[in-house]
Amino acid sequence: MNDIPMELGLLLSAVLFVLGLIGVLVRRNLIMILMSLEVMLNATGLAFIVAGSRWGQADGQIMFLLILTLAAAEVGVGLGLALQIFHRFNTLDADSVSEMKG
Amino acid sequence: MALILFYITSAVAIFATVMMITRLNAVHGLLYLILSLLAVGVIFFLLGAQFAAVLEVIIYAGAIMVLFVFVIMMLNQGQTTIDQERTWLQPRIWIGPCLLALILLVELMAIIVIGGNAETGHLVDSKQVGVALYGPYLLAVELATMLLLAGLVGAYHLGKPMLKIKNPGENNE
Repeated sequence: MNDIPMELGLLLSAVLFVLGLIGVLVRRNLIMILMSLEVMLNATGLAFIVAGSRWGQADGQIMFLLILTLAAAEVGVGLGLALQIFHRFNTLDADSVSEMKG
Repeated sequence: MALILFYITSAVAIFATVMMITRLNAVHGLLYLILSLLAVGVIFFLLGAQFAAVLEVIIYAGAIMVLFVFVIMMLNQGQTTIDQERTWLQPRIWIGPCLLALILLVELMAIIVIGGNAETGHLVDSKQVGVALYGPYLLAVELATMLLLAGLVGAYHLGKPMLKIKNPGENNE
């Protein structure tokens, strides 16, 4: 039984993270941006699981649990914001929310 | 064998994610996102983290995706939605996610039929996770509960004005 090398797991995690980042930067639909954020959080969780599996400790899975709760809270608030924006501007375009004078 | 399964599953995950960020329609992207999350769950299983794999399927691919579907359904109302859904449900849309899901199912069946433990690395079972979670990480659990409570209050606060606006209207759900 040959083990899965840690480098491959971390590489997959990095590729998924970069794909999620590209999604966040490229897409302008708020729902798609939130979905890409989910991919990024999932990739960081994968990195923690790979490290936890490499060292045989439970800490990696605990970090994944914390990321899971973070993702749940984030998606609840984010989708609430998306609903608000849709009802005020009647669109889901992230560029439409540019009225704040910063 | 685990390495081959890992390669196949990684290919499925990356392909599904690329398809997700290139779909123009949010629902099509959602289908591929679910496949990506399921593939990562299989990788968790292969890495010997069964508890995380189960949580990935139940919470990520289950609960959080239901939230997305719910919001997409709330944002599409009216008669045009029916025609829209008819175009969404064409076979060429869901044949891709179905094929990817079939690959994952074949992998799981191969693991079951061959028997033994396909997972590699150090097996960390849920008992170890639970002991560590309620031992040294108790403060982190408390913080996570506070975060979830804050998220609940925030989501309620953000959704409440909309309900108030909609209630005098013609129909509320």
